[in-house]
Amino acid sequence: MTTPPPAVRVARLSKSYGAFDAVNDISFDIRAGETFALLGPNGAGKSSTIEILEGYRDRSEGDVTVLGEDPQHAGLDWKARIGIVLQSSGESGNATVIEQLRHFAGLYPNPRSVDEVLAAVGLEEKAKTRIHKLSGGQQRRVDVALGIIGRPELLFLDEPTTGFDPEARHQFWDLIRTLKSEGTTILLTTHNLDEAAELSDRAGIIVGGKLIDIGTIGELGGPAARIPVVRWLDADGAAQECRTETPARLVAQLARDLGGEPAELQIIRPSLEDIYLGLVRGHAAGTTSATESTEVLA
Amino acid sequence: MSATLTPQPQRPRLAQRRTTRHGMLTLGLARVGFEIKLYFRSTDTVFFTFLFPFIMLGIFTAAFSASGNIGTNPDGSGGISVGAYYLPGMLAAGMLLSGLQNLAIDIAGEKGDGTLKRLGGTPLSPLSYFIGKIGQVLVTGILQAVLLLVVARFVFDIALPTDPEKWLTFAWVFLLGVITCAFLGIALSALPRSGRSASAVVIPIVLVLQFISGVYLQFNQLPDWMQNVAGLFPLKWMAQGMRAVFLPDSFAVQEQNGAWELGMVALALLIWLVVGLVGSRLTFRWIRKDA
Repeated sequence: MTTPPPAVRVARLSKSYGAFDAVNDISFDIRAGETFALLGPNGAGKSSTIEILEGYRDRSEGDVTVLGEDPQHAGLDWKARIGIVLQSSGESGNATVIEQLRHFAGLYPNPRSVDEVLAAVGLEEKAKTRIHKLSGGQQRRVDVALGIIGRPELLFLDEPTTGFDPEARHQFWDLIRTLKSEGTTILLTTHNLDEAAELSDRAGIIVGGKLIDIGTIGELGGPAARIPVVRWLDADGAAQECRTETPARLVAQLARDLGGEPAELQIIRPSLEDIYLGLVRGHAAGTTSATESTEVLA
Repeated sequence: MSATLTPQPQRPRLAQRRTTRHGMLTLGLARVGFEIKLYFRSTDTVFFTFLFPFIMLGIFTAAFSASGNIGTNPDGSGGISVGAYYLPGMLAAGMLLSGLQNLAIDIAGEKGDGTLKRLGGTPLSPLSYFIGKIGQVLVTGILQAVLLLVVARFVFDIALPTDPEKWLTFAWVFLLGVITCAFLGIALSALPRSGRSASAVVIPIVLVLQFISGVYLQFNQLPDWMQNVAGLFPLKWMAQGMRAVFLPDSFAVQEQNGAWELGMVALALLIWLVVGLVGSRLTFRWIRKDA
């Protein structure tokens, strides 16, 4: 069997607004059926990148292929194969939830069942409520519903769970896993690192318009970033910290030295959030050019 | 959210039909129904666009009811009531409001609140979107005109023409005028910088046009220069066309050139229709691309 072509191929992509380089020479592929997370601070270039892939913005340089076509010139048939959940909504929403879903379903050649999508986002009881009367989190669920109603092969999720309560977020994660099991390719941006770790196969980190790391969730930051941390209080009550590949041996040694249980003992494996923060801070510290540091801060 | 979605069936071949004229028309007609429903749910629109001509006709009739008829002969015969005199102007204003004001504010708002961006990410053709907007204007505009005529006849007791030829003139002036206004509205929607500022940009334009074009003020009493300025814009010609339908032919001498000049009405509206079409085509974008 030959491997299918990647769903998304980004090669040396750049985007400038005047003198400002929002996206600076980034390259990555997303395999068909893969869930890929794009992480990075606010203003790092995530939304510019995703909007270029969605066909909303024109790139300044580089090559982009999405589902075999250049989004800058792709037509309606191509749009029928993608689903977009934009970063923010704010529509006046005079339609009811079900009217809006039915109408959007009608725009696609092979939509999902409106009732199923309504159930999948947990809005059955709000079906006949006008969208502007819903809470922020509920409106966000409508956005998600409209993004998947067309049965997309490729789904863009730009900070999809903003405003979700924890329960809604977990339900959303289940929904994304279902879409994934059906073979949907997903590109996700989020500030919730648990969400990225939970859902994505791979992630890329963008800082100041540059892709500073890319890999599976288990690989990001490299092995050094994953060395466990052991924390405890010494005999004088002072906090101690040590990074080691062999925490059990260290703890055994500590117990022997202290002649008992070390106080406040913790063994911590760095979370994706820890690794992410390490990478972003490391990048900010490592850049010498003044313009780049301001971009990171912006 | 419970994760129960029916898995993907076999890949459809329907997608091919989306780009055909047939598919675009079908989607456009689906948009018309959706647009009309949302139109009547927006209280702002219903009040300032749909009901406004009724309110103005009521005010004029009430305010000037004591001042007698307009156009009375020296011997006291003839003439028509103030309501009857202002009816054509109100019909023309309705066309301008339902077409230009409605769409310019509506589309600028949809641009501002992300509706257009969302639609731009779906397989909806801009052509289908336009069909939806023009259809909404036609249906609401026709409903407005019919109701205005019914109210004029039965509430204000204004006599309506009986000559079929007059109604034929009414039909083409109305359709040409309202479609022209709709396209001008689409073109004008590119002007406001945000959805919030749309009313502030559009309403003054519409208001000034109504004052200089013979909607609120008797056109033949305006100074020549103002009549000439008004003649550059479509509303003056729509109002003149409507006067040709609803005022007695004896009133034609009061027009700028002493005649109804229906040929000029058609020509002026056709020119503005082309302006509107070209303007809509050139300025319409799903989103404001900032590069």
